[in-house]
Amino acid sequence: MTDPAIPSAYVRDKRTPPPSREELRARIPGWGVDLDPADRPSYPKEQYPAQTGAHWDFPDRQSGAEGRERSVEHAFVTPVFGTAQPLHGLSGAIRRFAYERYSEARNGHWLILIAGDRVDAWGAHLRSFASLHPDNPVTETGVRTEVTHGGLTSRKGRSDARHQLLDPLLVAGPWVAGAGAAVLGTRRLVRALRG
Amino acid sequence: MRAMTYRGPYKLRVEEKDRPRIEHPNDAIVRVTLAAICGSDLHLYHGLMPDTRIGHTFGHEFIGVVEEVGSSVENLVVGDRVMVPFNIYCGSCFFCARGLFSNCHNVNPNATAVGGIYGYSHTTGGYDGGQAEFVRVPFADVGPVRIPDWMHDEDAVLLTDAAATGYFGAQLGEIAEGDTVVVLGAGPVGLIAAQSSWLMGAGRVIVVDHLTERLEKAATMAHAETLNYDEHDDIVVELKKQTDYIGADVVIEAVGAEADGSFLQHVTGTKLKLQGGSPIALNWAIDAVRKGGNVGVVGAYGPIPNAVKFGDALNKGLTLRMNQTPVKRQWPRMFEHVRNGHLTPRDMVTHRFPLEDISEAYHVFSAKLDGCIKPLIVPSAS
Repeated sequence: MTDPAIPSAYVRDKRTPPPSREELRARIPGWGVDLDPADRPSYPKEQYPAQTGAHWDFPDRQSGAEGRERSVEHAFVTPVFGTAQPLHGLSGAIRRFAYERYSEARNGHWLILIAGDRVDAWGAHLRSFASLHPDNPVTETGVRTEVTHGGLTSRKGRSDARHQLLDPLLVAGPWVAGAGAAVLGTRRLVRALRG
Repeated sequence: MRAMTYRGPYKLRVEEKDRPRIEHPNDAIVRVTLAAICGSDLHLYHGLMPDTRIGHTFGHEFIGVVEEVGSSVENLVVGDRVMVPFNIYCGSCFFCARGLFSNCHNVNPNATAVGGIYGYSHTTGGYDGGQAEFVRVPFADVGPVRIPDWMHDEDAVLLTDAAATGYFGAQLGEIAEGDTVVVLGAGPVGLIAAQSSWLMGAGRVIVVDHLTERLEKAATMAHAETLNYDEHDDIVVELKKQTDYIGADVVIEAVGAEADGSFLQHVTGTKLKLQGGSPIALNWAIDAVRKGGNVGVVGAYGPIPNAVKFGDALNKGLTLRMNQTPVKRQWPRMFEHVRNGHLTPRDMVTHRFPLEDISEAYHVFSAKLDGCIKPLIVPSAS
């Protein structure tokens, strides 16, 4: 008999067997109803469903595919695609370059797309200030819930509170830096004009 | 129509947008009656997902009423109450023909490595999502299903992703009778993964998180043992002790790219974007599972690389299984489980916000304020 102090990992079998079926069925609603892998919808991984609802071999092609960006790993623009926010402006040019130059296998593809995202965001912020609906970092961040939904009490004792301290910096930092740059630039301009 | 619109990392608002229109003969337009925010929406919200464009409407968990159908739609009529899987898929390509509905090749021109998803950036096809009054639903004959009369709306909306993904995660683990299953993450997906593990014959289910309200929910809703990793110096060592130094037979990773648990990984991954999010949960899964064990991954990760401990996975002889969930494949069996009370998705709902307050909803969910586990969104038109 092996010393019972030696953990299961060092001997042949688990020293503590699992609870019996009867015990588990009494305690857990539905225990074991999918015990047979055949009852599991994703077993096996690949199946040929009898019906998917498709009544085509290849779908009709949606119009408007000409010029739409696509992964170079695709043979063509897929027959159906989203049209939510077409490429536009500088961010659009950046994103188009990422799609046309790099495959999905290249980090450059994704990092350039992220750069396009930031250019898009800053362009949208700037344009919003010339509109009747300027961006409002207070309402758009939902930060008032820090008061209404217990910001302090909710985080008490939580380890993630440490990195959440960085969130205001990430959100407000570029705005503060932008505002500072605008003030400095305006001052320089005024001084230059004064002579 | 009123719709949530993305304004840059951590910022969004509700705007007036054009109502979507039929763009393909098999499209439908659905008036959204109930939507949800998914944990993976937070990756978009935090600016982690490449090609997330300003003005994009998020939302891949929604139910609604068919308002309009395209000329080739045969299976739905105007007025049908439908639940819509988060996958957009054609039902006929090489991959759909094999049941891999989440890997459809005919719906996402922007990438081949991921299929089409509603409201999930242009990397998944550029479709606006359901956190709005109306949404375009492509391949209306393939994805949507009429909501059964007996089903609660909140169960229906959760079955479009979170619940189906939890159930799928347990299947990926290939659980055998008596297995010790560790579920990383007690969010909506993890809670259902824990419930589902029992259905597949687990002998023991341990859920790991650090939020006490979520761990309490795992104990009451999923009858699981719980471990708070904040209370242990090293959660992997604790899990080894808990399993008599063997490790878990199966680990289900239900956290994804914004995992807490390592300050360094979280800050470099999710704040500074130096890698594609934080891989700490995935690495804990690899370390905590036993040699020869299975890891099922349903936590969401983007296309940017992560620092994953692949050598440990190799040397331990692990089986790693993962995918986006082919939702509709899960439904017939899941409907039975929900009807019989074996799976109880709506037990996880903690908050309901009107669409007009969606900025607040995102902040509460993102910062995990007020015990938030799952927030639902109620559009004004509903």
